[in-house]
Amino acid sequence: MQLARILLLGWGLVALGPASAQGHAPREPAQAAPSFEQSLTQLLDPSFKVKSAAVDAIAAGGDERAPQALAALLSGRLFYRKSDRRVVYAERRTDGYRITDVLSGEPLGDAGRHHIKKIGINNKLRRQLRAAIAGLALDHVEPKVRLDAVRRMMSDPDPNLAPRLQARLDLEQDAAVREALEQTLAVTDLVSPDAKVRLAAVGALRGNLEPVVRNRLSTLREQDEYPEIKSAATQALADIERKLTLYAKAETLFFGLSLGSVLVLAAIGLAITFGVMGVINMAHGELIMLGAYTTYLVQQAMPNAGEYSLLVAIPAAFLVAGAFGVVIEQLVIRFLYGRPLETLLATFGVSLILQQLVRTTISAQNVAVENPVWMSGSLQINPALSLTYNRIYVILFTLLVFLGLLLILKRTTLGLQVRAVSQNRAMARAMGVRSARVDALTFGLGAGVAGVAGVALSQLTNVGPNMGQAYIIDAFMVVVFGGVGNLWGTLIGGLTLGVANKLLEPWAGAVLAKILVLVFIILFIQKRPRGLFPQRGRAAEG
Amino acid sequence: MGFIRALKGDTGGQIMLFLLGLVAIVVPILNLWVPASSPWYLSTYTVTLLGKYLTYALLAVAVDLVWGYLGILSLGHGAFFALGGYAMGMYLMRQIGERGVYGNPELPDFMVFLDWSELPWFWYGFDQFWFAALMVVLVPGLLAFVFGWLAFRSRVTGVYLSIITQALTYALMLAFFRNEMGFGGNNGLTDFKDILGFDLRSDGTRIGLFLASAAALALGYLACRFVVSSRLGRVAVAIRDAEARVRFLGYRVERVKLWIFSFSAALAGVAGALYVPQVGIINPGEFAPLNSIELVIWVAIGGRFTLYGAVLGAILVNYAKTYFTGVMPEAWLFALGGLFVLVTLLLPKGIVGLFARRKRSTAQPADVTP
Repeated sequence: MQLARILLLGWGLVALGPASAQGHAPREPAQAAPSFEQSLTQLLDPSFKVKSAAVDAIAAGGDERAPQALAALLSGRLFYRKSDRRVVYAERRTDGYRITDVLSGEPLGDAGRHHIKKIGINNKLRRQLRAAIAGLALDHVEPKVRLDAVRRMMSDPDPNLAPRLQARLDLEQDAAVREALEQTLAVTDLVSPDAKVRLAAVGALRGNLEPVVRNRLSTLREQDEYPEIKSAATQALADIERKLTLYAKAETLFFGLSLGSVLVLAAIGLAITFGVMGVINMAHGELIMLGAYTTYLVQQAMPNAGEYSLLVAIPAAFLVAGAFGVVIEQLVIRFLYGRPLETLLATFGVSLILQQLVRTTISAQNVAVENPVWMSGSLQINPALSLTYNRIYVILFTLLVFLGLLLILKRTTLGLQVRAVSQNRAMARAMGVRSARVDALTFGLGAGVAGVAGVALSQLTNVGPNMGQAYIIDAFMVVVFGGVGNLWGTLIGGLTLGVANKLLEPWAGAVLAKILVLVFIILFIQKRPRGLFPQRGRAAEG
Repeated sequence: MGFIRALKGDTGGQIMLFLLGLVAIVVPILNLWVPASSPWYLSTYTVTLLGKYLTYALLAVAVDLVWGYLGILSLGHGAFFALGGYAMGMYLMRQIGERGVYGNPELPDFMVFLDWSELPWFWYGFDQFWFAALMVVLVPGLLAFVFGWLAFRSRVTGVYLSIITQALTYALMLAFFRNEMGFGGNNGLTDFKDILGFDLRSDGTRIGLFLASAAALALGYLACRFVVSSRLGRVAVAIRDAEARVRFLGYRVERVKLWIFSFSAALAGVAGALYVPQVGIINPGEFAPLNSIELVIWVAIGGRFTLYGAVLGAILVNYAKTYFTGVMPEAWLFALGGLFVLVTLLLPKGIVGLFARRKRSTAQPADVTP
């Protein structure tokens, strides 16, 4: 890579002048401009005046290597070798430094502390360097780099850079960069001595969400001598505030939906076992936990897969939790149909056994499940609103699981049989449905979905033997709130509860919000004992 | 007199009360008057442990009253127990007075720590024992009354009721974990010094608390027997078996449920109040849904629909818990979980049912109505 660059920009090429450096917009330097190499040697001069001139020359020269060299100078990584006064990049090692030639990019091996010397800078030079680096980025061939550079400047605008920005604006083709440039210029114009310029700038900045804009506008509102500017600033600020509240609401909604998705994920398996089959499965949380632990084990088994282990974990978790579900059904639940309270107790016993099983076989401590890189970070929509990727994925994943389940129940033979058995067992049997087998498969399906939920939850919360207990009450609340026997009810119920929780949080606090939601559900069930979407007709009487 | 009649035909209950009386006589003798070197000596630790079991037994009786006789599987009775415990804890907290770490005569330590300047209104009166004792019964009773009034009136039954009682105790747990609630937050109430002027650490007080627990259990048992053998109790059993039919016959089902549920909650509160001075701490962990479910299993193992079965179950399971957690702690959850599964699958009437079946199969095999 470095070699290629050296070949491309050999000595002779540079001597031809900066216009040939391809990565830069064409700008004509003064004829007598010193070459990159000359300016670099000037940096060794003890006088800061000379250094300053050298920095200017390097920045103006437009050499390919200039940004790196200037950045290194700013961060104190630019040294020179005492023996031949060659300028080098130095990287701190345990003993001494590893040095690289600035001009050729060629590694020069290690050097002791006494063989090289740092090129010193002062605060004035530091400021100059920052401006120069930003200026270089402004001329970068990639619009994205230019945009980033302008955005950075906007957050801390420097009036001295205004002419530079103006010059760039005259050349700029890219619409987004133009807009950013105009806004940044407007920010610097806010402190202009000319009242007209200030007024125009206030107008241009209406609706800009950068914190610095808000600060400057409020100063203007308080201190400007002209009432027109004051009122314009007030108006622009009101605009900004309105936008901010809107985005804050959007963010709350997003948080609410992502929390709601987690609730839906936790509850959706229960919606099948409890809602469709009428089995109170208190071990549901532990099936989620088994899914999360499967994720952990899959990651342990394929340490190199990294990014893709999650994709393996999803079917694996479905199978593991589903298999446990079928076993539980065959050993315990099968004998307790029609006795919901007994089922509740027996499955609670199962949940204790599963918890202890994980504790003794794996660990009583939480285990560390890795998050793939594509799940971290966030989607920056504007300065006031950014959505984290893991929450976005959870929402999408929930919808996917929900739709998948809906398809299974509505479009497959198994789904048909499940619905038939849940609506009228005797009639279904008379029609030749093997109800015992359907029961086992339904329970396995619900358990498998719980396992898949566990994969998603392993990316969001701690994975430990107790994690299932944290979800079981919430999951039941969602199913009961949404209406037993109704998948749509579970989806809408879960999302509603999630959003309600997040709406209450700002003024009630996280714990109190949760309590309020619980109390609300308790009261709601009094009013509508069969939930949001009650079953109607004969099924409701069973 | 009604109490005596309540025991008629209740052989198990008679035996249980006889044994309870025997223990209440023997334990103080073995602890106070037998020298510590003797093999017959009963350590104060054991006495406290036994006292704790007795409060659990009282709690189990309260649960059995609503589950076995009314058909309400409450997964929130732990909450009533804990509320009674908190009421007693608040009294004990006020008794500490100036002996706290911060030496504030008025405020408990945790309030001083939180920089509170005065006692919150709901702590008023708890320096008086009679007031605290009243609250021990009233707070759980009232909560159960309000909760039951809402739930029974709108005919929330069966599993739904179980789940919302569980939500109730869960919500209370979250609430009591908050420092702002004024109940000591995470740490709860502890460091008690004395009760009614008696030092809580002395053997005599421990024996006194043990005897109080035994007496409370005996009285609570008799009261429950009285309820179930009364006309109200017979209606309750009818509701358990066919709620709609009882309603059609003209009984006010929700009233019956409401009164028995509230009474049971108050009883649970008393159990909690006796529990706290013996273990010396009450914290929000007592509200954990797991506790409430666990106590249901005591009743299930002992045998529901017989109040003495609940006593038996509570004592047996808790003894097993003490034993297991001491000898092999990791096996306890396996054992408890296994008990849940096996008892519900194989022993729907619990241990008592096992005996009753054997007796019946030898004595009167033709009996079809259990």
